[in-house]
This record gives sequence, C-alpha cells and structure tokens, in this order.
Amino acid sequence: MSSNADIYHEMIVEYSRHPINFGKIENADITYHDSNPLCGDSIDIFMNIADNKISDIKFNGRGCAICMACSSVLTEIAKGKSIEDVRKIQKNDVLGELGLENLQAVRIKCALLSLKVLKYGLYSYLANKLKDANADALKQEASSLY
Amino acid sequence: MQTSISVEQIRKDFPILQRKVRNNKSLVYLDNAATAQKPIQVINAITDFYTNHNSNIHRAVHALAEESTEAYEMTRDKVAQFLNIKDRQEIIFVRGTTEAINLVAYAWGRQNIREGDIVVTTEYEHHSNIVPWQLLTQEKRAKLEYIGVDDDGQLILDQLDNYLATGKVKLVAVSQMSNVLGTISDVSEIIKRCKKAGARVLIDGAQSVPHMKVDVDGLGCDFFAFSAHKMLGPTGVGVLWAKKELLENMVPFHGGGDMIREVHKYETTWNDLPYKFEAGTPNIADVIGFAAAIDYLNNLGMDYVREHEVELTKYALEKLSAVKGIKLYGTKDISKRGGVISFNFADIHPHDLATIIDEDGIAIRSGHHCAQVLMERLDVAATSRASFYIYNTKDEIDALINSLSRAARLFKL
Repeated sequence: MSSNADIYHEMIVEYSRHPINFGKIENADITYHDSNPLCGDSIDIFMNIADNKISDIKFNGRGCAICMACSSVLTEIAKGKSIEDVRKIQKNDVLGELGLENLQAVRIKCALLSLKVLKYGLYSYLANKLKDANADALKQEASSLY
Repeated sequence: MQTSISVEQIRKDFPILQRKVRNNKSLVYLDNAATAQKPIQVINAITDFYTNHNSNIHRAVHALAEESTEAYEMTRDKVAQFLNIKDRQEIIFVRGTTEAINLVAYAWGRQNIREGDIVVTTEYEHHSNIVPWQLLTQEKRAKLEYIGVDDDGQLILDQLDNYLATGKVKLVAVSQMSNVLGTISDVSEIIKRCKKAGARVLIDGAQSVPHMKVDVDGLGCDFFAFSAHKMLGPTGVGVLWAKKELLENMVPFHGGGDMIREVHKYETTWNDLPYKFEAGTPNIADVIGFAAAIDYLNNLGMDYVREHEVELTKYALEKLSAVKGIKLYGTKDISKRGGVISFNFADIHPHDLATIIDEDGIAIRSGHHCAQVLMERLDVAATSRASFYIYNTKDEIDALINSLSRAARLFKL
C-alpha cells in the first residue's frame, strides 16, 4: 500500500458512520467481550445459534473507523453461516473485503479485534456447551491473531 | 540565564528533526508529553561514556571507575541545583516516574498505611499514580479516594478538604501537570492544606519539570518524582526525591549490591542514602547523559522554555478553536496550563485522525494517554493530543491545522 491514508476510502468511512449489525441481542446464546488495552477499542459480540447456524449476530462497542468497518464486515460474513464455516473465517477474509491486507502493524489490532472476540466467543460456546473436543484449536487461533 | 537563542538554532541541535518520515515529509514532532527528542549534546555524552569511560561505579579503584563514578555523581548534584534540593543524599536515581512512585508505595506505603486509612489521588492522574495506590490500599484494606476534575479541567479542592476532614488521610498523590489536559495543579495550595491536616504529599512532576521552573525545597512536599526522558534526557532514568527522615525510616525497595553496608548470613545493614535505594548496577550511561540534558535546559533557562510553550499553546488553541468540529479539553486560561492540548475532531476516532495526520509526517498521540479514569470523567473513549517543546514552531502548528482539513475531507465533514 503506497499510503496509509488510502485506507480511509469511501467504504470504511461509510461503515464507520453506519455500522452494520450494530447493537445488542438480549439473552444471546453467545456473548463475548474484549478490548485492546493500548488503544481502548472495546467490542462485544452477540450470537444466536439455530440448527448449527449463526442465526443472528450483532456487535456493540466503541472503536475507530477501521475497527467499526471490520466488525461490520465480519458480522455480515458470519450471519447465516454454519458454525463449521464460521470457524474457518481467516483474517484475510475480513481484511480483503476492505482492501486492508497491508495494514500497518500498529493498526492491525484495530481491524482484527472483532474476529478475535468472535473466535473466543465461539470457542467458549463449543467448549462449554457442546463439549467439542476440537474447540481448543479455535482458542489457539484467537490468541495468535495479533 | 536569559537567552537570545532562536528556535532555528535550537532545532539544529536535534538531529532527528532533520529527518523525513512517510512520503518524504519533514517530521513534525508533537508528541512531547510522551517523550522528548534528544539534542546532540545528550547523544554525544552517552557515546562518550561508552567510548572513553565505560566502567561500573562506586567500588573499583581503577581510573575508569573513578571517572564513571564522578560523572554519575555529578548528575546528582546537577539535579539538586536544577530543582533547588538542599541535600544530594535525598536524590535517588530510578528508572522513571513509575518506578519512583512504586518505590514510595512499597517502601513507605506498606509500613505507614493501615486498614481504614485513606490515600487520595486525582481523576487526572496517569495510571502510574493510580495503580500503585490501588495495589497498596487493596493490600492494606485502606481506601483510595479521588479529587474530582471540574469542567474547566481544574481539581475540585473542596473534595480534598472533605477527605482531609476525616482525619484518616495519610497520603495525597497528585501530578503537578496533567498529561492530558495540561492543567497545572495548584500544588502549593494542596500541600498547604495537607500539611495542616498532617497528610504526606507526593508530587508527580513528570509533566511539569521538563516545562517550568520547579523549586522542590520551596514546595514543601514529602515525595517528588519525575523522568529524564521527557526533558531531553535518555529513557530509563528518573528521580525520586524524598525527605531524608522519611528515606531513613523506609525499608529498602530492592535488595542487592551497592545498597548494603554489611551482609552476613542472616542479616544485612543498609548503605547510606541515597545508595540504600539504588540496588544493583544503575543505568550509568543514561544518568550521565541526563546531566547533558539538564545543562541544555539550564543554558536556555526554564523561564524561556515556559514562555516559548505559552506562546505556542496560545497560538495552537486559537487556531484549533477556529476549526469547525474541534472540541478542546481543559482550561482556556493559559496561566493554568502547559503545552499539552487534547482534542477531538467531530466523529473521527483519534486513532483514525492520528493515522491520517501521520501521513503528513506529523506525530501526535491518540488514545487514552494512560489516563482511563480521566477518559471516563470526560466521557470519551480517547482523545487526540498535541504537545509542544522547545523546538516546536508556529509553522508546525499550521501544518497540523492543514492536515486536519485533509482528514475532514476524507471523512466528509
């Protein structure tokens, strides 16, 4: 990427002003929260599960435009997908949607906070509720995102 | 010493200010509240130490050890003279303000704070003047209370009076200048009220000492902490000053070499002050480099430093106020604030703003500035912060304003 300012294209600005799937789900099947200690970005993710699918997903919190846009895109990708497919979401699936593959290191955690929260949330659901023996891999992935 | 040195001349002493960043843009460094840049005199002093004098200090008898020890101890004398400290034995070299405050919390606090006692701090403290007191009061089942901040960014001292009236306040820990709002605390008044009530006072001078004349002896506080790296000196050096009677009665912070008089199998006697609190090989090279920083500031004169920053801050406040969508935090009364300006720009998140501005070579800070208690008080997640020092110019403030308008275009404000 030639310029960091290039990241502030129309889509990012639009998503940051009007985030998709923004809000809360009362009594959701999965809720998870995390924040970035260095910058204070803070994200909650809520998911409902039906027929092994993410039947509904919302995110809530405060963050920069990058964080808000990536959270919007992530929830759009995940909504309606099977748990198995959501498990497989990789960071470039989110970054690629917004042309952020080469984001500078210091901002990558803004972009991936919501993916981290989603993976941890799904892990706790799989490990605790479904006693899934392979859940630990998800936790590993979440902790090594950035 | 009054000086007629121009900013242009000062800038020539700072090699880093000549460099280009990002797309070949001149560096505009406005993150001085985080750390200051280093003049060539400081860089040379450190190089000279390692090139010509490197040795451990205090014990060996050889020539290098003598030179190193002398240079290291000379810094202590310079600190004493710079801050009007009467007794050099009261000056302890530490890693920085954070370590200095933790030293007090550990070595004084654990002996003197008991269940039910109160430690008072303020809503605009840096985490380094909050967390050590949380650890201490939790351990001792004591209480931590906060002096609130009003809408003008000033401490509400009536609240201090209320705490003092309980008779339970053992320590009041307050910064002399807020690293977010720039507010200069009325520490003389705070110390006066605390002394009347018999409470000890710790002053965090991390933001004040680099930017204004400070007379530690005249203040009459009990503990005073600050860092070298925010005042042109190297990182990894700070100072704790405390009254001798307190230091003598405190337990050591770290045990090890240099802090002992005699070590036997089961007991040890302590070295004299200040060495009792300087265990292990200290940061010799950087303490020596720090002396060059003090020399540099003395040469300019702290009155000049303050005047220069007042002028820049006045100019920046005026220019920023004129930008539609800018929200400024802190007082407009220039006599009550230092060269630190926190702001938000419409609905642009500070991290996005800092990234856009960085593209123009301008370094500002964005985030909570290690002051999350204050962020809660201001009801914001983060702010952007521009902070000035001796080498900044009005042209650089104009560059910041121009860059803001580019951000406004990108975010369609």
